[in-house]
Amino acid sequence: MILFWLLIFPAIGGGLAWIAGGRNPDAPRWVSIAVLTLELLMALPLIGAAAAPGHGAWIAQLDAPWIPQLGISFELDLDGLSLVLILLTIVLSLICVVISWTEITDRSGLFHANLLWTTTGVIGVFLALDLFLFFFFWELMLVPMYFMIALWGHENRSYAAIKFFLFTQGSGLLMLVSILVLVFSHQHATGDLTFNYFALLGTKMSPTTGFLLMLGFFIAFAVKLPAVPFHTWLPDAHTEAPTAGSVLLAGILLKTGAYGLIRFVVPLFPAAAHAFAPVAMVLAVAGILYGALLAYGQNDLKRLVAYSSISHMGFVLLGVFAWSTLALQGVVAQMVAHGISTGALFVLVGALQERIHTRDMRRMGGLWGQVPRLSACGMFFAVASLGLPGLGNFIGEFLILLGSFRASVVFTVIATFGLVAAAAYSLLLVQRAFHGAVQEPTHHHTIADLSPPHLAVMAVLVVAIVGLGLYPQPVFDEVAPGLSAVQHSAAVSASLPQHVAERAP
Amino acid sequence: MQHVLWLVPTLPLLGSIVLMLGTGRLSHRAEALIGVLSVGLAAVIVFAIAGAFLLDPPAGAAYQQALWRWFAVGHFSFGLALRVDPLSLLMMLITSGVGFLIHLFSTEFMEGEDGYGRFFAYLNLFVAAMLLLVMADNFLALYAGWEGVGLCSYLLIGFWWRDPANGLAARKAFIVTRVGDTAFLIGLLLIASRLGTLNIAGAMRDAAHTWHVGSPAATLIAFLLLGGAVGKSAQLPLQTWLPDAMAGPTPVSALIHAATMVTAGVYLIARTHVLFLLAPAAEITVGIVGAATLLLAGFSALAQNDIKRILAYSTMSQIGYMFLALGVGAWRAAMFHFMTHAFFKALLFLSAGTVTMRLHHEQDIYRMGGLARRLPAAFWSFLIGSAALAALPLITSGFYSKEAILSGAWADGNGGRVLWLAGVIGAFVTGIYIFRAVFIAFFGEEHTHVSGSYGWRVIVPLLVLSVLSLVGGFIELPSAFGHVTLLSRLLAPVLPPTREVTDITPLLLASAASILGIALAAVLYWRPSRPPAETPLWRFWHGAAGFDLLYDRLLVRPVIWAARVDRDDFIDSFYDGIAWATQALHRAIRRTQTGRVRLYAASLAIGSVGLIAIAVLR
Repeated sequence: MILFWLLIFPAIGGGLAWIAGGRNPDAPRWVSIAVLTLELLMALPLIGAAAAPGHGAWIAQLDAPWIPQLGISFELDLDGLSLVLILLTIVLSLICVVISWTEITDRSGLFHANLLWTTTGVIGVFLALDLFLFFFFWELMLVPMYFMIALWGHENRSYAAIKFFLFTQGSGLLMLVSILVLVFSHQHATGDLTFNYFALLGTKMSPTTGFLLMLGFFIAFAVKLPAVPFHTWLPDAHTEAPTAGSVLLAGILLKTGAYGLIRFVVPLFPAAAHAFAPVAMVLAVAGILYGALLAYGQNDLKRLVAYSSISHMGFVLLGVFAWSTLALQGVVAQMVAHGISTGALFVLVGALQERIHTRDMRRMGGLWGQVPRLSACGMFFAVASLGLPGLGNFIGEFLILLGSFRASVVFTVIATFGLVAAAAYSLLLVQRAFHGAVQEPTHHHTIADLSPPHLAVMAVLVVAIVGLGLYPQPVFDEVAPGLSAVQHSAAVSASLPQHVAERAP
Repeated sequence: MQHVLWLVPTLPLLGSIVLMLGTGRLSHRAEALIGVLSVGLAAVIVFAIAGAFLLDPPAGAAYQQALWRWFAVGHFSFGLALRVDPLSLLMMLITSGVGFLIHLFSTEFMEGEDGYGRFFAYLNLFVAAMLLLVMADNFLALYAGWEGVGLCSYLLIGFWWRDPANGLAARKAFIVTRVGDTAFLIGLLLIASRLGTLNIAGAMRDAAHTWHVGSPAATLIAFLLLGGAVGKSAQLPLQTWLPDAMAGPTPVSALIHAATMVTAGVYLIARTHVLFLLAPAAEITVGIVGAATLLLAGFSALAQNDIKRILAYSTMSQIGYMFLALGVGAWRAAMFHFMTHAFFKALLFLSAGTVTMRLHHEQDIYRMGGLARRLPAAFWSFLIGSAALAALPLITSGFYSKEAILSGAWADGNGGRVLWLAGVIGAFVTGIYIFRAVFIAFFGEEHTHVSGSYGWRVIVPLLVLSVLSLVGGFIELPSAFGHVTLLSRLLAPVLPPTREVTDITPLLLASAASILGIALAAVLYWRPSRPPAETPLWRFWHGAAGFDLLYDRLLVRPVIWAARVDRDDFIDSFYDGIAWATQALHRAIRRTQTGRVRLYAASLAIGSVGLIAIAVLR
């Protein structure tokens, strides 16, 4: 039942925030903080409960009938993988409330309602294991995010919001078709109409059908991740969204794509995924390098950070299709680290834009002299994002590379060039924004350094990324049972050669 | 003693963190104190460890301390553990000892600079990263130190961030070395997947058992590690970052060139010498790279007028000697030269720093002149450093270490003789270029007014380093001179011995080359001279044989061009195309909706006729 509360709580909170917004523009902020804090307190005790005897990898499960005539049930399941991602979601949502305090003054009730509803949708995605329910949440999280971009975004917001919606909606339709065909194939084979994930694992189907269905799922998740060539919605959406929207998009929404690949694509269609792996790896490597090249060429600071996400998510895609224990653990570390470091960078860009009213790096420079704390934080997270050992991102990239090395030496070696490219764009960001000569808009008047709430947010994120870099073991221990379970089900449902499922040395 | 190992890298790290968090809240005095004391204490502990180590060598000739399990995934477990064997000990002594002197010097040199505390924070972090690098017991922790060193070089080269040129030099240093680091990382992936461990001692043991001499796997890994080493140590073909690295404050150059960073590559190869012994092709490449770099850098140093650039090229050249030594299997000689080089190169940079700080940051030797009388302390220090660099026979430490390298090359048979010859030519060139600087800068007429003064925090480091540059070589003498082999005995448990040379001819020839070089410099530059004419040859060597230009045209510009051209992402135009086509279709169809009944009736009629025609004619 805890899962139900975990899911419904922010949804109710969103409603409350909306109502509260009618009285006092600051009330929704406090409501959101209270709701998310309680949510965090609910989720934290679940840590370490993994691998309770008799439940396998599942920490908590809920299975209530919903539409039994169609085989649809309200099935929620939580394993370590979901839990880690949900914790990341809650923490980043909390941060989003804090950093929107001064940025969002217009319709703050509705804003926070959308924020909390996005959180609900994302938590639902990480929990639902009935494919119909999963799809429901998958679509649900888009709507409030669409409004966040379209209502509180920057100059070009309606274009970006519509583009975001069309890309995700269009690819979502492909997934819906795949889900339906999968369910009917299963019914055809067994006579049993069900949307239940566990029942659908190992559905018998022809290789061609399997491949096409896999592709339907893959494209939906690849758009979300995003993988080249489905990435072009991302820079617009990230750039035009308000700061909280960018943080949620980069920190959490992208991870739903990776989560979907791990939870659904490979376990449901192991043979097809195995056959498709070389193509996916090509896309991954292309994403790493092409994303980095695009990041390097940008003048808009926020766009640079957005494109760097594409590069980082390339590593995730590579790791997922390497499908070894090492690579998958690396994927988890990379997801968490990217959520923290890129989230932090978006927070800083937002703070900067609030102060100097531009994101154009041609009009920045020399900010170290004016806002040393902001600049130091910016440099810290730029360095984190280029993968310095001792910080979280390195752990993810290293494990992904180590895990992929056996799957494909060639792609792994090409992927390592991404490390050089990451150094190039990250340090260019530092140079153009914080170093160099002072440019005009900041020249005349003094600008304020980070405020105490922002500093507190930065402190939390710095501690998190250092902690993940120096002692990531708790995360690995938490997700290990869940990951070995998906690997196991992929191997069983395919009864494929063992090496597909377990490539670990 | 092994329980205090963790303090050695932790103290400077702690100093760095305190300084970073305390920016703007600490007085300059407190900042200087934290910066210097954290490294000073670390140095004291290192000396205590060394004392204990020498008096009572531990079992297995190494102290070990496990800190915590970094992470364990699948079958891999990475512990964070420190291991101190004689090789690490030597590196630690130099890094912390020379590092401390440079810190002390900096407290005065950087007086009044903006970002005083930030400077010491970075400096401390640099030392901490280097100490982690040399103390790590597994490759991953070593790599962490390795990257940390790279980051600190970036931070310090770009310390004066207001000038974009400094930022460019800083990024160049980081990115060029990261190219090497990437090769190193691939090497690590290969070691991990082939040997199943990244523990250094374990991997070396397994490598010796698993692979035979000349096996492809060992060769490939050795070449990849060499890739990392040439990046950090500024050897061909990744040497281009080092001359630009002097954009940072002078003590930074001293730290990068003497105590940290560029020696990391030498350490890495010495540390993994087992692999290089299994891969003769890679090992001889190390020697060739070293020989080529020492000549290239030596000639380039001849064509520089900036005193720090001359020193930068001299470092590249001296590290080339160390690579040469590694390539001929004279492992101990390489480490010997590393030690003496740390003394005299730190001395040279610091004395050059005292000169420039009294000359309003003037670095052109032709704008100096006559400094021997005005700045005696700087002059004598620079002279001693130059003599050691030029390997002036008998009285300088550089002579003994360079001699050890050259005799190692001589003993290595035919291939070694070629490398030996390169080394001797290099010694000759070294004598010329460094004494060219001495004569032009310190003798003749005064060109720039000398101002200011310096205190004990500048003098003491110069004094200590001067003494070490002179006597530091006596711990290891050529066999013709007697039987002092302190360093060899220290390193014996880690590094294999070199064949002894009893023939005195090579020693005499090399000594003659050094003296001839110095003498030629005296003949050419004793009397006041003007800056050299810009002949094509001069320009060629001034630009270090055009590598920068080559990389710029071949790599940098195409990438920047591609990034600019594709700023708006050509893939997006495909989706924009779809959107445009949809809208165009929409407009075209909308045009048919005119509201004119006649038109509708006409098209209805035409359509019906057409359909009937198709039906009839089929």
